[in-house]
Amino acid sequence: MSKYLLDKFLYSIDRDPELVERYRDDPRGTVQWWEAERANVILNCPQAERSTWLTFTAAEREALATHDYVRLFELGSHNFLLLTLFIALFERDYDEPLAFQREFAARLGHWTAPYPDIST
Amino acid sequence: MAQVVAVIASTHHPFYYKAAASSGDDRPPFADEWVAKIEAFRQTLTRARPDVLVMVGSDHFHQLWLDNMPQFLIGKAPFYDANFYNEEREFGLPRMFVHGHEELSAYLLREGMDAGFDLAFSNELRIDHSITCPLITLRPQADLPIVPIYTNIFAPPLPQPKRFVELGKTIRRLVESWPSDQRVAIIGTGHLSLELGGPRQFGPHGPDPEFDRQAVEWIATGDLASALAQVSLDSLWLPGNATHGFMDFMLMMGVAGENAKADHVDSLDLFHTMEAYFTWYPKAAA
Repeated sequence: MSKYLLDKFLYSIDRDPELVERYRDDPRGTVQWWEAERANVILNCPQAERSTWLTFTAAEREALATHDYVRLFELGSHNFLLLTLFIALFERDYDEPLAFQREFAARLGHWTAPYPDIST
Repeated sequence: MAQVVAVIASTHHPFYYKAAASSGDDRPPFADEWVAKIEAFRQTLTRARPDVLVMVGSDHFHQLWLDNMPQFLIGKAPFYDANFYNEEREFGLPRMFVHGHEELSAYLLREGMDAGFDLAFSNELRIDHSITCPLITLRPQADLPIVPIYTNIFAPPLPQPKRFVELGKTIRRLVESWPSDQRVAIIGTGHLSLELGGPRQFGPHGPDPEFDRQAVEWIATGDLASALAQVSLDSLWLPGNATHGFMDFMLMMGVAGENAKADHVDSLDLFHTMEAYFTWYPKAAA
């Protein structure tokens, strides 16, 4: 499990308008690029001082590459990051206000507390 | 010594700015009632005539990140830019710019550490909607210097609820010992029951109305003993997966004091969350 890296992906995409669009249009390619080029960059350090050890598990990579937010919830990604980014990705495709958010909730409807642990 | 002229605790709802500014078909049916309640709440700060605002909130993964996460942090900067791209995108919040009060920041940092809180600090902090929402509701002209205090209610492992209460009590004591003639309002925002990114999000009301009713009673009566007896890091998952923001209310109960009855109490049942507003006027304040 690399929940930290899952969260780092969601966080890094969510704060960059160009990456939000890139991830919406090409999820698999964006995940592949990000894992190769960005996953090990420490956000407050020069690129040369990057980490050497961060990778997704196969399940995490596939969930990200398929925009599978139910699976990402189940893998323990941070609920706030997950919701915020996915609103940015898909709210625009729904006519009614909050319709995407309500569908998101319904698709997780089989879950009751305790939810998957989000601790990193 | 400085005087605490108001203690204010509320929820922070990022949609208020947009709802209040909307008109015609875009204006939600609850907007008028919401605006009326906020304007009454705003008066409770205005009448206290503060010179400086100490503002307690929590960064929502904007500047503070999991590679270096402080539990409690005080901003010590002459200025604060405010709000982020994703808050503009999702909530329509405006970019803002606020003056800081470095002298009070420095005092709270030094004295806070000497009082047993190893506080983190930031000399360049961009504040987010946990602090700009109460500015928009309570002081929209944003003309007073602030001291931002961030708590971690977001990224486990979190400090215990009792530490939030103790920090609140400490902030109150320190502000009242600050050698200054300034009038200080201490403002903090958090949440009642709240679900974000989970199956109970965006329902017709908050995910746990019974928790909300109980919480409003605890806050309004300053019942710290009951709140501390019934709230734990584990129990806060149950009313909704973002309910740890209630610990910022507990911090503010610590600022207000044990069994301190709030002078202004109001609430509003909105879709997906209950909004709640509290003001205390410390007895010595004139």
